[in-house]
Amino acid sequence: MNVRSNWDNKRMALLQISEPGQSPDPHTRRIAVGIDLGTTHSLVASVRSGVAECLPDAEGRVLLPSAVRYLEGGGRKIGYDALESQSDDAENTIVSVKRFMGRGLADIANRDKLPYRFIDKPGMVTLQTREGEKSPVEVSAEILATLRYRAEDTFNDDLHGAVITVPAYFDDAQRQATKDAAKLAGLNVLRLINEPTAAAIAYGLDNASEGIYAVYDLGGGTFDISILRLSKGVFEVIATGGDSALGGDDYDRALADVVLRKAQAEATTARDKSAVKVAARVAKEQLSSDEHAAVRGTIAGREIDVPVTRAEFDAATKDLTARTMTAVRKALRDAKLAKDEVKGVVLVGGSTRMPQVRNAVAEFFGSEPLTNLNPDEVVALGAAIQANQLAGNNAHGDLLLLDVIPLSLGIETMGGLVERIIPRNETIPTAKAQDFTTYKDGQTAMAIHVVQGERDLVQDCRSLARFELRGIPPMAAGAARIRVTFTVDADGLLSVNAKEQASGVEARIDVKPSYGLSDDEIARMLKESFTTAEADIQARALAEAKVEAERMLLATQSALNADGRLLDADERSHIDALMESLRAITANSIDAAAIDAATESLAKGTEAFAARRMNESIHKALTGRNVETL
Amino acid sequence: MNLSANDFELFGVPEQFAQDLAQIDARWKDLQREAHPDRFAAQGTAAQRIAMQWSVRINEAYKRLKDPLKRAAYLCELRSAPIDAENNTAMPAEFLVEQLEWREALEEARTAADVESLESQLMKSRSEALQRIGSLLDDQQDAKAAAQQVRALMFIERFADDVDERAEQLGQ
Repeated sequence: MNVRSNWDNKRMALLQISEPGQSPDPHTRRIAVGIDLGTTHSLVASVRSGVAECLPDAEGRVLLPSAVRYLEGGGRKIGYDALESQSDDAENTIVSVKRFMGRGLADIANRDKLPYRFIDKPGMVTLQTREGEKSPVEVSAEILATLRYRAEDTFNDDLHGAVITVPAYFDDAQRQATKDAAKLAGLNVLRLINEPTAAAIAYGLDNASEGIYAVYDLGGGTFDISILRLSKGVFEVIATGGDSALGGDDYDRALADVVLRKAQAEATTARDKSAVKVAARVAKEQLSSDEHAAVRGTIAGREIDVPVTRAEFDAATKDLTARTMTAVRKALRDAKLAKDEVKGVVLVGGSTRMPQVRNAVAEFFGSEPLTNLNPDEVVALGAAIQANQLAGNNAHGDLLLLDVIPLSLGIETMGGLVERIIPRNETIPTAKAQDFTTYKDGQTAMAIHVVQGERDLVQDCRSLARFELRGIPPMAAGAARIRVTFTVDADGLLSVNAKEQASGVEARIDVKPSYGLSDDEIARMLKESFTTAEADIQARALAEAKVEAERMLLATQSALNADGRLLDADERSHIDALMESLRAITANSIDAAAIDAATESLAKGTEAFAARRMNESIHKALTGRNVETL
Repeated sequence: MNLSANDFELFGVPEQFAQDLAQIDARWKDLQREAHPDRFAAQGTAAQRIAMQWSVRINEAYKRLKDPLKRAAYLCELRSAPIDAENNTAMPAEFLVEQLEWREALEEARTAADVESLESQLMKSRSEALQRIGSLLDDQQDAKAAAQQVRALMFIERFADDVDERAEQLGQ
């Protein structure tokens, strides 16, 4: 969660409203990618010549195993290279790190079955490796950076930005951790989008589908169900649900338990824990096509060779599949829809290859699920399509995502109860203002605890942040009126503002985040990271300042061309002067801060113009419709 | 058009209870097509901020317009008859008796069929209440009386949530 103490979001900026078919700078195509940061595999995709495709590595493989191995002497291996010695060096080979993102030690189920040395840190665990303590954010950043290099090599160019996918059911802490990891990997995050929504984009655009669809997404470590309405390029999520700690990993573990029981063996060492799970996974994959498989490996120094049948596997994982179907029913209830109103069900995620999962879904909906796109690739492809549009490469595109917040946000009230501020399944972006008052004479501070979850008791929800409002002017008890505004942006991330209404005094907010990394920690990691030396950081800041200035100038020029008539002569010459000065500074200065300041002046100087343009455009949207309906 | 326009003005629909929901849906999408932050992603953080304000405002208006209870409450407020549910708890006796009977029926419900029969009663009461509200607001122009009906409907909605929860427990 991001808490701003400045009440500055009323500031307006120039709006770019492109004419149809006209991108602001038609000669530059911006390289934008979609990245599926998965529990088991990660992928990067991009739109090339109008078609979304996954980018392969030098060996032609599109999947990158989400595995990072820390080597002696500071080196690291990522992907397939990391997996080579997964069991021999289990403690230093981090897999399924997505399950630890934004999680505390207590949140991690079955941690005794994992080969890692966890360190309990407030909010998010870290892992002890031979290269020191690693945050899940740093591990994820290694994977993201690998995909970034792959994309940059493919296009032989710098990336403009990336859309990163997250499970729809990820809470604020998990989303923030993902965004932090992207930042650490040097990526400009255009948007976080939900995995099932990304799949729906790829699927819907490919099939020109209209109507209500369900996306059932069972990945390596997470499960999502989203119910969407598709119409004319609009992807409207009606309800979403899931379990951010349920996926193929759990099926592997269940099968591993069966095997250990049958072999009368116990996995106690990091090596054995890893080995039995890896062997179980191979057998699981075989059982998707065959009725029988054998689990082979060395456990506790003993060779084992245990036969397993699909029926045994199904029985051992029946409860897991049932848990997904409970979430499906709940999402339908939330959407106020009957299952026969769902036109089609899309299966996403490698775990939907398991026959018992397919059968359960088919039986519930009474129809065969749609599987004509590769379930491993579809999320990255959808993200790439969205990235292409967000980068401004597709001005004709009328793709619009209207997604929802998956879990309710609330604050703690008397007696440890939760007062709901923003209910789940509300369309984002959204905001809610809540007034608070003081209960003592002369009180100048108060504490607010923000939680996320559906339960009534604070202790059963996830704690997002505690913050204190300070600097409230002293008044009689109950006289102060502090308006706290909770805003959830299009990434699904929460921010909080506060202001005392009667005096207009801004309350200062001191945040004590319950999880996640502080800005200082991010800065430290950036410094330590392989991508950035001090000089690099300065060069990057200057390059970014120039790009931003260029963008602002182009947007302003294009706005003037389109709607200059909305300005009188004085207003026009004021804006022209600001543009001239920004051009001069950008051309001559190597001071990023000075360029940023000039860009900001132009943004401020065009506020009124921007507001007029937005009003016009909203007005046009309405009258345009009126003409159509006449 | 500006951020302080009321929901009806913003959506360009008549300021009344009766609404064409398909039209409201379509307007919502048209407006979001213009204002959603995704449309301004390539134009810097400053442009995103204003788009965000508009997008939030449009979603807020949509939420109120599409939900008949919220729409009715909003109209009452626009017509100076605020709902103020916390300070206006007085309800007609027969209404309270009906509420008590429903509560008892819910407690005694053991099967999905029991809950379903309650649900259909609720549905009927709800649609009758909405009809009365519509006529009070649009025909009789009596916002005060409509506000009283809105408060009654809020009771019904709260009870409907409990019924939903029960249905979920019974595994529907």
